[in-house]
Amino acid sequence: MKKLFNKVGERLNRVSSMKLTLLAVLSALIVGAFIIIVSDVDKLKNGDIVGAFSTVGSAYWALVVGSFGSLRAISNTINSSTPLILCGVSVAIAFKAGLFNIGATGQMLAGGMASLWVGFAMNGPGIIQVPLAVLAGAIGGAAFGAIPGILKARTGAHEVITTIMLNNMMAFFILWMLKTDLFQREDRTDPISKLVTAQGRLPRLFGFLDGRSDLVAHAGFLVALGAVAAYWWFLKKSTTGFEFRAYGLNADAATYAGMHVKRLTVLAMVFAGAVAGMAGAAEVLGTYGYASANFAGNIGFDAIAIALLGQSSPLGTLFAAILFGALQAGGRQMQANSDVPIDLIVVLRALIVMFIAAPLLVKSIWRTKSATISAGQTFRGWGS
Amino acid sequence: MKLELRGITKRFPGVVANDNVNLTLNTGEVLSLIGENGAGKSTLMSVLYGMYKPDEGDILLDGSPKVFTSPADAIAAGIGMVHQHFMLVPVFTVAENVVLGVEPTGALGKLHIDEARRMVREISDKYSLDLDPDAVIEDLPVGVQQRVEIVKVLLRDAKVVVFDEPTAVLTPSEIIEFFEIVKTLVSAGRGVVFITHKLKEALNIADRIAVLRRGKVVGEVDPKTATESQIAEMMVGRPVQLIVNKNSASAGDVVLKVTDLTVLDADGRKHVENVSFEVRAGEIVGVAGVQGNGQTELVEALTGLRKATGGTITLDGKDLTHSNPRERHQLGMAHIPEDRQRQGLVGGLSVAENLVLTRYHDDQFSHGVVVDWDAANAIADTLISEYDIRTPSKETGVGTLSGGNQQKVIVARELSRDLRLTIAAQPTRGVDVGSIEYIHSRIVKERDAGTAVLIVSTELEEVMALSDRLLVMYRGRVVAELDPKKSTPMEVGLYMAGSRPDSAVNA
Repeated sequence: MKKLFNKVGERLNRVSSMKLTLLAVLSALIVGAFIIIVSDVDKLKNGDIVGAFSTVGSAYWALVVGSFGSLRAISNTINSSTPLILCGVSVAIAFKAGLFNIGATGQMLAGGMASLWVGFAMNGPGIIQVPLAVLAGAIGGAAFGAIPGILKARTGAHEVITTIMLNNMMAFFILWMLKTDLFQREDRTDPISKLVTAQGRLPRLFGFLDGRSDLVAHAGFLVALGAVAAYWWFLKKSTTGFEFRAYGLNADAATYAGMHVKRLTVLAMVFAGAVAGMAGAAEVLGTYGYASANFAGNIGFDAIAIALLGQSSPLGTLFAAILFGALQAGGRQMQANSDVPIDLIVVLRALIVMFIAAPLLVKSIWRTKSATISAGQTFRGWGS
Repeated sequence: MKLELRGITKRFPGVVANDNVNLTLNTGEVLSLIGENGAGKSTLMSVLYGMYKPDEGDILLDGSPKVFTSPADAIAAGIGMVHQHFMLVPVFTVAENVVLGVEPTGALGKLHIDEARRMVREISDKYSLDLDPDAVIEDLPVGVQQRVEIVKVLLRDAKVVVFDEPTAVLTPSEIIEFFEIVKTLVSAGRGVVFITHKLKEALNIADRIAVLRRGKVVGEVDPKTATESQIAEMMVGRPVQLIVNKNSASAGDVVLKVTDLTVLDADGRKHVENVSFEVRAGEIVGVAGVQGNGQTELVEALTGLRKATGGTITLDGKDLTHSNPRERHQLGMAHIPEDRQRQGLVGGLSVAENLVLTRYHDDQFSHGVVVDWDAANAIADTLISEYDIRTPSKETGVGTLSGGNQQKVIVARELSRDLRLTIAAQPTRGVDVGSIEYIHSRIVKERDAGTAVLIVSTELEEVMALSDRLLVMYRGRVVAELDPKKSTPMEVGLYMAGSRPDSAVNA
């Protein structure tokens, strides 16, 4: 009986940490609504409060319709989510080992370029070429991720600094690469790459529906789901995953326990780089079919917010990435339907992250009693 | 002045830290507050000092209720506290530290350091504390630093001084000096609250002893008539064996041999200097010493967490001076680290995961790259019942357990396999009386099974009771090897303080 009671207690703890996340999202939507109302100057001037509220309603409704309301909307959500899931997992893996990978952007670029090269240079059957190109992306990202890992293990250079710097280096390196004969498209003068061969493209998920060329979602999403599953298995089952968790939570104890922490540091960045590299592969081989100078966009940074929102857990990261992907996909619909600019999405994401980062704020707003999140830590030191 | 706590109740989520506590203290007397870790002593004092707001109950001074919303209120009302961890700026002088926050200043905020010096000297003379106002804190021994803390409290005119585990960091002779100071304070009309978990000290100095258990005052005893075992029973709630029960050792072959071991840190400071000793199978060798005399570094070098700069370490004749912790573990070395929260456990992982923290890679718990969690959970169930680890479940985060149970997790993990050598650093630090008894019996059992055991502890009583042979460390060197049965704590204490008694007893 007591055992059962404790089991239930633990379950509740987990639920209330999820509840807090949901409340954070809700809080962000409420503040977002306020911003929509305040920025609708014309209606406010006329004292049209009802109209202002209806703008909020139609904007948020457009978000929902634009992200999940139709097959096309779902396809767009999947497409936006794919690189976010992969980069989210990249940041999450590093978090688990106690490292802050801000370098997902650079690793994504490196992986994308590697897969691009396989994608246009090799002209084999798709069933061989596509997996090879994705693998090349993983290797490219892993190699680039290894650099900050090795620097940290060897010299103690902080990965936050090195990954930011390496992002910049890779961005400019790609600009140069795209102007070389090897990569630049023959008929172009701007930095744009050759096209991936038709067989080299990641197949479209809804390709079996004839005549629906607007459904852009591609098999990169399956790669992303596979990465989430692999990440789950790695954390739960593997010895190295156990080492990552121990090292991330308490580096001194990991050293005491005989774990080779320098090797773990490098390994964590290599894994993180590999997954981010696959995100690059998905964009290049799936979404675009070529590379431009900034095909990584802001994804590597959004991924940090996603990993935080998902508390670095496999499922949490997956859902957080889909939420962000849905906001992105729905945002375009919102802009079209309701005059609310797509920039509101950026504001919403920032608000979500802010509320996640300030759990006490969310608690005080919603007056929840759940004092969990880090109960073990909060109460250390009372008594004795 | 009369201080009264009436019906104090303080709750934390899931725990009642103080449950309807009633206490009174008159100036001119010493009240000892005794209880296990987690009994609520520190919470109670934090309530008194204005750091926590009690959920129920009142604090009364001379019969009138007071509300303290911050330590500043408590200080203003004449309550002073000397914390276990000193709140001093290491690079400042004694005078600068003492006046910090109440600086005597002149025009434009100029500090009157002469005035500060004079104040320190005045208080120091009055209570015979023997302090040099110009000494820099970091150069002073811990006992003297504590006196600086006392001066700070007195300067703010405290009528009641609360000492939180004041003797934990002191040598035996410093403890005696400290008790003299307490007596001076009391005879000067101040009241003293002395928080401790050491029974002897409470009996020695207190006028009254209040025993706390699970947040409640379970009784008040008169030190003139009470006995140690009586108080221990009140603390734990059951009869406790206070002395270590062990037969004499039958030492076998040399297991650990340390020759001329020297350890320097990155800055080239010597922490361990030319240390040589042996530990044989079936014996317990103790290392006594005041904290910070190289014991930590010695243990880290022995267990592979720190590089040995010179000398050799062999285990069963095998040189492992340069092997890593994993290799030493596999040769049968167990390590109970001195800081369980920092090193011994990963607080965010479960009890089961912590029970295999050093062993998950053994064939027993892993196949290739996959951890066999079934095997790990099975052994966790066994160890939890065998070592009497009080935990809601094996999935519970280890960080939420009490100190004693956390330590039992480490002891269970480290001792539950075939061993050649056990190195235990501060094995019972911050552990409750009931668990101490148990951990000691486990260590003795390990010795009787033929393992070589090295115990490093700053608790003199503990090393003397456990060891078959006793080494004393002072400033990185082993300055004495003694037979604990033939030496007195005073003698060992003198070696610990760096002096050499004329009547040196050598084993």
